[in-house]
Amino acid sequence: MDSWRKNPLVFWVFAVPPAVWLLLFFLTPLALIWVFSFGEKSGLIDVHITWTADNYMRALDPLYLQIFLKSFWFAGITTAICLVVGFVLAIAITFAPGRHRPILLLLVMLPFWTNLLIRTYALIAILRTKGSVNAALEQFWGWGNGLLALLGVEHLQLLGDRFEPLHLLYNNFAVVAGLVYVHLPFMVLPLYAALDRMDRSYIEASLDLGASQLRTFRSVVIPLAAPGIVSGVIITFVPALGSFLTPDLLGGTDSQMIANVIERQFKSANDWPFGAALSFVLMYITFFAIALRSVWSARRDAREALA
Amino acid sequence: MNGDSPIISINSVSKTFPGGVQAVQNADLEIREGEFFALLGPSGCGKTTLLRILAGFETPSTGDVFIDGKNMHGVAPNRRPVNMVFQSYAVFPHMTVADNVAYGLRVSGTDRGEISGRVKDALELVQLGEYGTRQPGQLSGGQVQRVALARALVKKPRVLLLDEPLSALDAKLRETMQMELVRLQDTVGITFIIVTHDQNEALSMADRIAVMDQGKVLQVAGPGELYEYPRDRFVAEFIGKTNLFEGTNVGWESGMLSLLVNGLGRVELPCAEHLYHDVGLAVRPEKMLLMQERPDHGYLAFEAEVEKIAYYGSESRVFLATDRGLALEVSIRNDTRAAADEQLSGRRWVVWRPEDTLILPD
Amino acid sequence: MKGARRSHGPLDYSRRLWVRITLWLSFAFLYAPIAILVIYSFNDSRRNIVWRGFTLKYYERAWNNDSLIQAFANSLTIAFFSTLFSVLLGMLTAVLLWRFRFPAKAPFEGTVSLPIIIPEICMGVAMMAFFTRIGWPVDLPWPLNLGAITIAHISFSFPFVAMVVRARLARFNREFEEAARDLGASEWQAFRDVLLPYMKPGLIAGALLAFTLSLDDFVITFFTAGPETVTFPVKVYSMVRFSVTPEVNAASTVLLLITLVLTTTAILLQNRSGRD
Repeated sequence: MDSWRKNPLVFWVFAVPPAVWLLLFFLTPLALIWVFSFGEKSGLIDVHITWTADNYMRALDPLYLQIFLKSFWFAGITTAICLVVGFVLAIAITFAPGRHRPILLLLVMLPFWTNLLIRTYALIAILRTKGSVNAALEQFWGWGNGLLALLGVEHLQLLGDRFEPLHLLYNNFAVVAGLVYVHLPFMVLPLYAALDRMDRSYIEASLDLGASQLRTFRSVVIPLAAPGIVSGVIITFVPALGSFLTPDLLGGTDSQMIANVIERQFKSANDWPFGAALSFVLMYITFFAIALRSVWSARRDAREALA
Repeated sequence: MNGDSPIISINSVSKTFPGGVQAVQNADLEIREGEFFALLGPSGCGKTTLLRILAGFETPSTGDVFIDGKNMHGVAPNRRPVNMVFQSYAVFPHMTVADNVAYGLRVSGTDRGEISGRVKDALELVQLGEYGTRQPGQLSGGQVQRVALARALVKKPRVLLLDEPLSALDAKLRETMQMELVRLQDTVGITFIIVTHDQNEALSMADRIAVMDQGKVLQVAGPGELYEYPRDRFVAEFIGKTNLFEGTNVGWESGMLSLLVNGLGRVELPCAEHLYHDVGLAVRPEKMLLMQERPDHGYLAFEAEVEKIAYYGSESRVFLATDRGLALEVSIRNDTRAAADEQLSGRRWVVWRPEDTLILPD
Repeated sequence: MKGARRSHGPLDYSRRLWVRITLWLSFAFLYAPIAILVIYSFNDSRRNIVWRGFTLKYYERAWNNDSLIQAFANSLTIAFFSTLFSVLLGMLTAVLLWRFRFPAKAPFEGTVSLPIIIPEICMGVAMMAFFTRIGWPVDLPWPLNLGAITIAHISFSFPFVAMVVRARLARFNREFEEAARDLGASEWQAFRDVLLPYMKPGLIAGALLAFTLSLDDFVITFFTAGPETVTFPVKVYSMVRFSVTPEVNAASTVLLLITLVLTTTAILLQNRSGRD
């Protein structure tokens, strides 16, 4: 690696375009929003900068706090489900015969590469009252009734007089299902990377010393895969927290998440300062989570090197 | 424990991996209690696979393994009375040395109070008594290995398996550890089985050695017997250096076999019977002498020209060629300081005793 | 004499039944909705519930839907220009970070990766506020009116390209470049003749990545698009909002196919370049 002084001209040729672009078309918009978050709306889209903290205070309103908490809740459950399922998938892929592995990985990651909108939309068709899940359940209901008829007890109407479809859409369940659906591939990759990198002798040594599979998993695999787990949790939780499309398309009126509120401020409520403040709160949470993870891994590295 | 029955019995064990690779072919072995046993062979010969079968990490495709008289079929590794020291040591980096050593005791439900005492003893045994609170990341390679040893031995297994224990150490450390391991085994008194590709290690450490090649067990014997009485060409060549000759059978009379050896000429060897076929002969380089003049009868002697000398400090290896073009290697000890000055060149007689010639079964 | 047994080592987790069940259930979960969507795009039924017969008429209708086609054209144009500039900027960034030490390098690296980390909605509203505030002209002719969206796309795409190219550069042996200089090549020539060819697989993979990201993007585009500058995903969104018709399925299937082809190509290229 050279010092920039070694060849200043070349350095500037490479440095100026990205730097200028970032400054102009990334940092400036962000700075603008940041400034807006301290303003008040005056007129349709004008903002009067008064350096007030009102917008942030409003974010702490019970109404909005509740939405924040719900978003955390959704993101949390999603991450938990993805972690458990993702771990099993990662194990299945890591310990599969070498030739199967690339295919399995591709199969898990491919949905990730398809359009989010389409994936979410596809879920609608499945979860609708007249969608695939309910259609299948209705079939089972029919077969159940057929069986009962065979046994001669159909007049008891044990399964009800008609099929009651499950309400799987436009509610919290749908949002979580959608979030898991979208984010599961995100979780698998870092878990797989961590497991793949791990020396299998550790697992064998633990078994050899008398530990059960479960105990080995708890005492050896999880601690050694911890960096991968933390990565996976972060890249699942943070995007899930800031999710817009999934709650928008799949959620009901009380399944709103932070991103939906922000969108409303900018598109219909026209309260840009408040929207800006909410955006920044979301960003601060994101940065905080990432910083937490850096601190954690720095501590871990230090601990393993010291007495 | 019955002193006669072996502690480990490997009966006709074969292992074929998916993809067709036959790692072990029909291995039959018995290992006695308290021995220091070595599985020796070049890489790919199946020795590590056999070790892992003993530990329970591979299942034999056919055949049975008995440990302490019990058939190990279907027995998981965590239920076998054996413990293994892995080639990479596999000392858990996220636990202290003491926690590593205690791990096996903890997962088996040993009493808390007992654990700390036993851990302390185990660490003392491998001379790491003061290192309990250290992290493995802070230790040298040799020290990490000793932690792995302590961790396995603290469980008092019936058999200790070691997978290439010395290959990761540098030459000096290797020598020290060789003696250490023998001393350890002596102190603890349990059966050790080590896997190695280094014949010096096997010869110096083991009570008995099984030489393997391409999945087959070729010969099982003590070091001396293996070295002086190898049962086939491979063993003769793998262990130490050998001069190998082909001999055409031309006759046998009153205990002496007459052979025509390509490049040497007529050779007469003591032999119990006619054999009726051509044989391979093997002579170790250190059994040969170099003399200026032809010795009296009773020796085999052939003239040869010195081509090259490789100097190794305590010994030199002299490469000669007979008039008929056969290459010979002779090992001489530089047992006086003046020997280094002696200019070894020109023609010499290569001399050895007929009974030091090994007739290889074909 | 026991016969040959199956080798189930203790670490053969992928053979355990419960692992396999979870694997297949997960795949079913991940792919079933998409599969059903694709299948129903061929369903001859408006209400999209019962299978009535195979038809391509919804594809026809989608093809004849002017606003849909216009949106698609917009998406392609934006993706094209976004990719162009993203690859350029991404390449410059990657080489810059790989080759030079300079003051404030760490903060710069951090800033470059911000677009990747930041929640999309934050970036979307920031862009929207920015363009409105600076008075970006809203009545430009096509394709110039796609400028705002394109700029936004470039901003969030080029860091990804930089990441991909940087991974490729990490394995470059500098001695090649030094050898070229030693033989008399100027900086530019060494760059053009040695570094650029080496980076090519990374650049292509990065380009495909940038193209896919742009084509698929919804949130950021949603905020920077106007009534005249609708992109394909945004159009599909409004169709979904409005009603669920097989036309949407058809449009979605087409987009799916394109993305799939591009992504698979990118992955194959990455694998191949990783082998050098």
